[in-house]
Amino acid sequence: MPVNLMPNPGDLVRILPEILLTVFGTLLMVLDPVLRSRSSRAFGHLSILALLGSIAASVYAYANSGPAFGGMIVVDGFATFFRVLVMTVGILTVLSSYRFLARQDAETSEYHALLLFSIAGQSMMVASGNLIVIFIALEISSISSYVLTGYLRDDPRCNEAALKYFLLGSFATAFFLYGIALIFGSTGSIDLMAVRAAVTGQLGAVATPNFLGLAAALLFVGLAFKVSAAPFQIWAPDVYQGAPSPVTAFLSTGPKAAAFAIFLRIFLTAFETGDGWAPVVWLCALASMTVGNFAALRQQNIKRLLAYSSIAHAGYVLVALTAHSGIGASAAMFYLASYAFMNIGAFAVVGHLSGKGERYQSLEDFAGLSQKQPFAAALFTIFLLSLIGVPLTGGFFGKFYIFKAALESHLVWLTVLGLLNSAVAAYYYLRVLVMMYFREPSEAVNASEPLPAGLSAALVVSAVATLFLGIFPNWVLDFAAQSSVLIR
Amino acid sequence: MNLLTAVLFLPLAGFLIALLIPRSAAQASRVWALAVSLVTFVASLGLLAYFNRSLAGPQFTVDIPWIPTPDIHFHIAADGVSLWLALLSTFLTPICALISWRAVQKSVKEFYAFLLLLEFGLIGVFLAQDLFLFYVFWEVSLVPMYFLIGIWGHERRIYAAVKFFLFTMAGSVLMLAAIIFLYTRAGTFSYPELIDMLASGRLTFAPGEQMLLFLAFFVAFAIKVPLFPVHTWLPDAHVEAPTAGSIMLASVMLKMGTFGILHYCVPLFPAAARACAPWIATLAIVGIVYGALVALVQPNMKKLVAYSSVSHLGFVVLGIFSFTQFGMDGAVYQMLNHGISTGALFAIVGLLYERRHSLEIKDYGGVATVAPWLSIAFLITTLASIGLPMLNNFVGEFLVLQGAAIANFSWAIWAALGVIFSACYMLWLYQRVFYGEAGQEVRAHIPDLNFREWAAIIPLLAMMVWMGVYSQSFLPPVGKTTARVLEQSQVNVPYQVRNAPAHRASPGALTARLAGPLPLASATGTTEVARAR
Repeated sequence: MPVNLMPNPGDLVRILPEILLTVFGTLLMVLDPVLRSRSSRAFGHLSILALLGSIAASVYAYANSGPAFGGMIVVDGFATFFRVLVMTVGILTVLSSYRFLARQDAETSEYHALLLFSIAGQSMMVASGNLIVIFIALEISSISSYVLTGYLRDDPRCNEAALKYFLLGSFATAFFLYGIALIFGSTGSIDLMAVRAAVTGQLGAVATPNFLGLAAALLFVGLAFKVSAAPFQIWAPDVYQGAPSPVTAFLSTGPKAAAFAIFLRIFLTAFETGDGWAPVVWLCALASMTVGNFAALRQQNIKRLLAYSSIAHAGYVLVALTAHSGIGASAAMFYLASYAFMNIGAFAVVGHLSGKGERYQSLEDFAGLSQKQPFAAALFTIFLLSLIGVPLTGGFFGKFYIFKAALESHLVWLTVLGLLNSAVAAYYYLRVLVMMYFREPSEAVNASEPLPAGLSAALVVSAVATLFLGIFPNWVLDFAAQSSVLIR
Repeated sequence: MNLLTAVLFLPLAGFLIALLIPRSAAQASRVWALAVSLVTFVASLGLLAYFNRSLAGPQFTVDIPWIPTPDIHFHIAADGVSLWLALLSTFLTPICALISWRAVQKSVKEFYAFLLLLEFGLIGVFLAQDLFLFYVFWEVSLVPMYFLIGIWGHERRIYAAVKFFLFTMAGSVLMLAAIIFLYTRAGTFSYPELIDMLASGRLTFAPGEQMLLFLAFFVAFAIKVPLFPVHTWLPDAHVEAPTAGSIMLASVMLKMGTFGILHYCVPLFPAAARACAPWIATLAIVGIVYGALVALVQPNMKKLVAYSSVSHLGFVVLGIFSFTQFGMDGAVYQMLNHGISTGALFAIVGLLYERRHSLEIKDYGGVATVAPWLSIAFLITTLASIGLPMLNNFVGEFLVLQGAAIANFSWAIWAALGVIFSACYMLWLYQRVFYGEAGQEVRAHIPDLNFREWAAIIPLLAMMVWMGVYSQSFLPPVGKTTARVLEQSQVNVPYQVRNAPAHRASPGALTARLAGPLPLASATGTTEVARAR
């Protein structure tokens, strides 16, 4: 495979979003002394500018889609979908961070720079067809995320979370890298298309088919860690609880969506023809849904509750992956988009209420929110109903498409068990609703400040997007359906 | 856009505008909700005026593509059954608004907003002609009811609200699976198209497959009805709900279940429905007798009425699974009757609670001496609920028992026990609450009905008499639709058609039925079917 080492303009256009993000991230750190003396909000403004710019750049890159750098970067509809998604997640995170960071006296440029680097990594990851590039991008994203998790360095919970995340994340990365090594060993390539050709036997029999299976298993383990699917979910509750709320919102949506994107790309491109992994994903999906939902039933901490719910939702997406079809892939894409909005919205409300030092995190602290802050409570209700999967929300259509894809692939049992799981899940989301609407105001609610502008914007955007995806899903779904065909 | 769409979307528009009314203007919220629900009711009367009673199929059809992949349509229409049920919803919503006028003092704006949203969901359930749309409305109606119970209910409201939500949700997820499965088999969510495909044989199910699909739908509906073993959420929800919540829940929401059975389970999966009929009829009879017996010993008025609902709804299910014209006509009529008379029972019990702040029967006694008009209203309602001739329930119960007798005579005998028991528990309730010496508390706290309360109760009483005396105003469109359902279920018993006197009047004419020799009079219904073919 000839690799042209001198980048041509076409190639640069296709990685323009990542270039923009990296440049702005660096710029933020360089300009730190200048901006800090003026207004600490300028960091946030600058990052939003960078993210908006990179969304525009992604769209522009899509207009000039195709492979770049000899196939290391593949700009297609699939990549663009996830690029725009992770950048939107970034914008919403920044919007909900303004007041949160000010309250913790922690407005610095590093926070925003790390966020931009992490998004750059994810953006690169979803737009790559080469295992090594995927790995490097994954690391860019992960290392930034580790640091972000421990961002409030005076908070012991935060430190614990960061250390756990770092250790377990590194293990996962090692698995992933080992998988890549074995793939290279048995197929002689790290390019997904070439691997596919080798797997399908177009290049003659693979010398070591057992290694290939092992490699797929290792990649699966690495990715399952990243998306917090059972039985590799242990880190998620602790990390999600300890990390600052906006960071948790980001972790549970952006990196997760990107990890699922490469999950889809690797397993529906390179290993599409292999059937061996389907039963494993089947089990993993069921385990994630069950473990997540049943563990969430008894949580008293709202962030832990949402963490377990996030594990369960990873299970739903894995159901779509088990369906092993174009419809399954587009259902997963749609679900990840709607999940991103509802989850960011939910965590934004959690962050808003948590107060200085994130004191208020228990379910009881939400008591009576509807009386003091009806607007925040109403929006949180929309997010929770969407997480339950009540119609006219994005969460419902996401589940609907996923289970439709599963039934079309004759996964009747997985569908029935998954849907029953979603009925179980209704219980713990209802507990939050019960608190907000049916109880008298708590100390936390009485102490809470009115909704700041940035947070309101993030909430309204998320709520409108959640409802929009629930009422007119076909705009996003059509794009997902088209681009899920392209990835092969 | 037609009148039907207007009837459906007026409450939604009302809900959205109600959200904008400031919280401090509580009176404005009340007036707004009452006005919107009255306008909706008038619009639905317009539907009645334009409804062509000689047609059996859906009318006022609106079919707009909503989502292209999978092919989901906003497809609504009304037939002879759904029209009446939609009217029942629009009729009861203003009554609920009136009844709650003074009873609801907390978060008034939200209460009335949720009431309108509930009306939207309920009307939608009855009108949807697209299975997906049906599911959407089915779930959407759940949310406002959850909040109505949870926020404005009594002491154990949270438990009741959560139980209500989870029971319904658990049932409906399997229905969702079945709906998706139907789509993968038929490639459409459209109800008329599915019926066509089944009739023409383009869509067939293997027996086991059909049974599973039937059960997935049936369990969801049975929970909502509620049928005997899955009824436990109902007493909790009823007792804890505010008056308006109880009325909407008992009068309209339970009908979502029976309507679903009649409209979806039977025509879509006829063989499975027929195979299960003896079992389901048995459960229905157990429900009738069990509900009545448990109602007998309740110390709490609302709980008593709630268990009486379990008993009454058993009649509806029994009527449907008798697979006779009579039984089905009676079942639909009984749905409407139960809506009116149980609605009135809950309304008056709510008025008593508003005055005395207790639901315990032992806290009352002698109410008739202090509030004679209220007592008369309750007496008429009680008699209607028992099934006294000339009042509405009699017609429905009579038709159901007749249908059951044709299908299996012992069913009718057992079910008739329920009628006897209903007289026992209702009259005993009446005796304990209204007769006897009026205590100090009762004298001090129970004034008679005021103008607003009369305005809410009178329409209900008027309907009880009208539906009891002249069922002919209501039954013909019902008969047309149920005959079609029977035809779709293809389970008529042939020999009765042979015996049918050809000149017999159309079903619904109660007098004609009473005049005929009893067992053979049953054939009138089947003549209708024969003619329809």
